[in-house]
Amino acid sequence: MSIADKQQEIVEEFSMLDGDMEMTINYIMELGEQLPEMSEANKTDDSIVKGCQSKVWLMASEEDGNVKFEADSNTAITKGLVSLLVRVLDGETPDNIMNAEINFPEQIGMNRFIGTQRSNGFAAMIKQMKLYALALGSKSQTGA
Amino acid sequence: MSVVTDISVNEIRKQFPILNQEVNGKPLIYFDNAATSQTPQVVIDALVNYYQKDNANIHRGIHTLAERATTGFEATRKAVHHFINSNEVEEIVFTKGTSEGINLVAQAYGRKFLKEGDEVLITGMEHHSNIVPWQMVCEQVGATLKVIPVDQNGEISIDQFASLLSEKTKIVSAVYISNSLGTINPVPEMIELAHKVGAKVLVDAAQAAPHHKLDVQKLNCDWMAFSAHKMYGPTGVGVLYGKRQVLEKMDPYQGGGEMIREVTFNGTTYNDIPYKFEAGTPNIADVVAFKAAIEFMNEIGFEYLHEQEQALLTKGKELLFDIDGFQPIGTAKNKASVISFLIDGVHPFDLGMWLDAKGIAVRTGHHCTQPLMDHFNIEGTVRASFAVYNTVEEIERFAEALTDIVKKFRK
Repeated sequence: MSIADKQQEIVEEFSMLDGDMEMTINYIMELGEQLPEMSEANKTDDSIVKGCQSKVWLMASEEDGNVKFEADSNTAITKGLVSLLVRVLDGETPDNIMNAEINFPEQIGMNRFIGTQRSNGFAAMIKQMKLYALALGSKSQTGA
Repeated sequence: MSVVTDISVNEIRKQFPILNQEVNGKPLIYFDNAATSQTPQVVIDALVNYYQKDNANIHRGIHTLAERATTGFEATRKAVHHFINSNEVEEIVFTKGTSEGINLVAQAYGRKFLKEGDEVLITGMEHHSNIVPWQMVCEQVGATLKVIPVDQNGEISIDQFASLLSEKTKIVSAVYISNSLGTINPVPEMIELAHKVGAKVLVDAAQAAPHHKLDVQKLNCDWMAFSAHKMYGPTGVGVLYGKRQVLEKMDPYQGGGEMIREVTFNGTTYNDIPYKFEAGTPNIADVVAFKAAIEFMNEIGFEYLHEQEQALLTKGKELLFDIDGFQPIGTAKNKASVISFLIDGVHPFDLGMWLDAKGIAVRTGHHCTQPLMDHFNIEGTVRASFAVYNTVEEIERFAEALTDIVKKFRK
């Protein structure tokens, strides 16, 4: 499934929640619970995403030319939010990630229910994921 | 009969149109009053009236509107003068808020009179706005910033305060009521002790002004700073009170219009107090409307305010302390109507988001008191802070909502 398709899928899922805040938060927390556990060793100061109100750790590695993301947060809601980004970008090539236009946060009305300050945190997460992709992409090019 | 039953809280609520709305499909409960209180219709009317009828630049204008605007502006100064019982109306300086008031004193007094080796004393529960301006001036002049430690209840000890005072202490700047914890500090005793060693005292009354009758002459503080937007008034207006002889010794804070007597290219002479501290066109409309907020508070009276808010605090403690994992942060004996807390295993951010989903506005985070949070070894708290329009029913709904939220985290 393409990055655009994955985003479309998320938008459709959230539209079924009908803008109900409690149901939305419940759903986001459920998604967070399903996020594969991040190894404690990867939760270092270096993997913390700056600019987030709560703590978010993001880590990336290369697997068969694709980028594998790991993430966690110390808050249940933020963990759910970062899991959405992992769902969209995990397993993609560095090029696809760097060129991806991430538009689902706006479409699911994330600004309305997580506020501008935190959606800046969201922007910081996206930036961090693209930086990882850039680093891993150039590494594999040098390797080849 | 108690005062609280004499005035109906429903009558008070009717005066605050903003409270009559749903947030996320639930009736709004506004418990973020320590950050900003809501404004009654009389204040909104005063603002609208000013722009509809009286808007003009103040002082020096000779036309009718300028005269009306000036009269309105100066009438608020007079109302503040009576509200805090200053000796003279000229001792009231308008600022844009408490932070500006503290910065003004730090720069216009501190920078002029502090020397290397002098000490500035603050408490360990200050808002960043009563820490950073002193760090800045101490760095500029080579003075030292000292801190009165806070104990596990969120209180300071007057003995410890006394032991930190010496002839080196030139300024004591202390918060009257802690914004994060609600602790009421022994400010009257602190002022008396500080004056014995010759130190000047600034009181940060941002949280005190909405809850306590302030009498600057009785307190005998040298300065006091507070903000209109925490006392049912508009945003962007603050007050700095200073004793005349102290204000007169201070240099102007900023240069510009209004603060001068005569300007030539060879030099400038400054206006009298309070105008020498009010450079440029001030926030006229909001200052004018602030008077309506003071009148609103006067009409309700501090006896009622106090009784109502303590009733909410008592009810809050009764219902919240039973919630699974509830940990109050700040358990001072003498407390304003603020409940700061954590719940075991639930991050304050998640709590705040869930409460918002249920229409309840609280504040989460470090409340601009990071050193205090470090002292408790926590990142932040959830803070519910009450005002005159909050009700016991709202506290009950709050407790129910919290109980419900906590269950979601206890699978």
